[in-house]
Amino acid sequence: MKLLRELIKKEFFHILRDRRTLIIIFGIPIVQIILFGYVITNEIKDAKIAIYDKSKDNITMKMTNKMLSSDYFKLVDIINSDREIEVRFREGKIKEVVVFQSGFAKKLEGEGTAFMQIIEDASDPNAARLLSNYTRAIVSDFIDEINPTVRIGRTGPIVPEVRMVYNPQMKGVFTFVPGVMALLLTLISAVMTALSITREKEFGTMEMLLVSPFRPFHIVLGKVIPYISISFINTVVILLISNLVFGLPVRGSIVLLLAEGLLFIITVLSLGILISTSTDSQLIAMMIAMVGLMMPTIVLSGFIYPIENMPFILQLLANLVAAKWFILIIRAIMFRGAGLTFIWKETLILMLMTFLFTALSIKKFRIRLQ
Amino acid sequence: MRTIGFILQKEFLQIFRNRQMAPIIFFVPIIQMLILANAATFEMKNIKMAIVDHDISSTSRRLMSKFDGSRFFKVTKFSLSDKEAALYMKQGRVNVILTIPSGLERDIYLKNNPEVQISIDAVNQNSAGLAYGYILSIISEFNQDLRVRFGNIKPQRVKIIKTIASYWYNPKLEYQTFMVPGILVILVTLIGLFLSSMNIVREKEIGTIEQINVTPLKKHHFIVGKLVPFWIIALFDLAFGLTMGKIFFDIPIVGSIGLIFCVSSVYLLVVLGLGLFISTITHTQQQAIFVSFFFTIIFVLMSGLFTPVESMPVWAQYINRLNPVAYFIKIMRMVLLKGSGFLDIKWEFISLFIFGIFSIIMAVWRYRKRA
Repeated sequence: MKLLRELIKKEFFHILRDRRTLIIIFGIPIVQIILFGYVITNEIKDAKIAIYDKSKDNITMKMTNKMLSSDYFKLVDIINSDREIEVRFREGKIKEVVVFQSGFAKKLEGEGTAFMQIIEDASDPNAARLLSNYTRAIVSDFIDEINPTVRIGRTGPIVPEVRMVYNPQMKGVFTFVPGVMALLLTLISAVMTALSITREKEFGTMEMLLVSPFRPFHIVLGKVIPYISISFINTVVILLISNLVFGLPVRGSIVLLLAEGLLFIITVLSLGILISTSTDSQLIAMMIAMVGLMMPTIVLSGFIYPIENMPFILQLLANLVAAKWFILIIRAIMFRGAGLTFIWKETLILMLMTFLFTALSIKKFRIRLQ
Repeated sequence: MRTIGFILQKEFLQIFRNRQMAPIIFFVPIIQMLILANAATFEMKNIKMAIVDHDISSTSRRLMSKFDGSRFFKVTKFSLSDKEAALYMKQGRVNVILTIPSGLERDIYLKNNPEVQISIDAVNQNSAGLAYGYILSIISEFNQDLRVRFGNIKPQRVKIIKTIASYWYNPKLEYQTFMVPGILVILVTLIGLFLSSMNIVREKEIGTIEQINVTPLKKHHFIVGKLVPFWIIALFDLAFGLTMGKIFFDIPIVGSIGLIFCVSSVYLLVVLGLGLFISTITHTQQQAIFVSFFFTIIFVLMSGLFTPVESMPVWAQYINRLNPVAYFIKIMRMVLLKGSGFLDIKWEFISLFIFGIFSIIMAVWRYRKRA
């Protein structure tokens, strides 16, 4: 026990001595939360558009003004020929071109129907779809305005009453905070442990530790305990920032939340150890951790892209990503106020993963000793 | 010149001596491409829905089948109690609850404009926003039916503006077409930044840098010898990734490949210079990784890979003027998807060129000082 304490002390010295890494470890959560809280958003405001008005009458003027008075569009260019559309798109200055057919007002009065064309730069399909929906909504409002007697547009008889449950203001923080937590805990616990063990191997100091009176079990324990503490502090910091700055609620039990956090930390730690047993080079360990751990945590965990929409194989693959289960747990506890009865399955899966990774690394570790 | 040749030989030997290295150089692009390009879509299908029907009329049944029939929703639970439905949502088993009030059909006849209640689990703000849009459009379609059925529309002359939307450069609105050029940028950045910064720090960490410092080798020989191999490897990976993208995702390559490689070679100067700079300010590989990671995560998140740059606040867009990843992603998308030529991208190219020179100068300056 006393030996173990000395080992842990040594590891803490190693970590605390390295000021730069420490600053980054505690700087990343703050930077990420600010980035996600203020910068990363899918909403589109002030999209740059150009108008190609072949008619130039009072109706097309009104229509243009209506579009520009919304927050969605900003007029940056007037186009006068078909050829110009392509040139402007190629320059990448505009996202959408609205084309009014010639004789717009006359046709609207005479034939009752006038045509307008919405051309999107769909190289960003997401933005293209959103912008064409916005434009259509404005047009359909406009149709209601010019037909005061009949309401053709979107109203009546059934009125939808929509309620956003758990997140009434639709804040983006609700979506990303669990993801950022998973990402950071993976980074600190798994990547740092993997690197710190392979480092000892690369330098040959692992041999020294192995011939010392410490048991392999103690060595590994000594390695991981400092990282567990740092990760745990980080969890608390993230929760505090998101609560104080963004008003994120914790509707369930905070004790349960922290306990699940600890469980996830141990799961990814065991994964980090497993990585370190399979290579002797920090470079390779880093690459495995980046490709095999960080990317799945960002992409396959449901943090940015919803898992339900992925191809079936990726959905299966996502089940192997610990972060996916952790994010489900966090969302349930924090926002839905769920207790252990709601999330026992996810918890059990994380435990099984931990057990499996630990067993595998013990097996590999023994082989290395011979 | 001969010296540089030998140095390059040494570096390549050292890089590929590690037998796990070659698979990684091939493996990383494949994995990235297959997973990232397939996973990245904001389109929603099969949103899980519970319906609580208090009316049980032919109209409520028609409304239900309207949702069940759409490809966006999958009605998984029918229930008669609000409490039960709320529990399903708390368990995360449904994302949307549609509650049809009793007397819906009667109220429509009486023109009372009845309300149907829709609760959306908004924990994931993105999905909730999309679900909201789909629901509104289904209900408005249903209303259209109702108005025809109940004769609310009198045969009266109305003025209609018809809109025709055309989607240029990506008529089927495929997300992969949009993602793959961005993924290639990330690939080149990761390979360039991490490999170069770790490589030099490793020499420091093991102490072999001292040995190199006492040889008659000139500084610029050393730096060229360190950077050129990664420059070649990254460009090779780019070519490999482009081929993969063409084969598996059939991404359009409208513009000139030569231009892409020309820009990439300049972009890599920025990345490698940054890598070299990081290696001069750090002492261990662990530090180098964390510093590199810190910069990559900021660069990548702000680059417009996942979310449009135009949606960011103005201050963030100003910061983005210093973000090489954002420039390169923009160029890649413009050239590959829209066929933009050099004149269209000249400002982005010039910016990258200035960054490249600047970062190499910074790195060399820092490196001299330490020696």
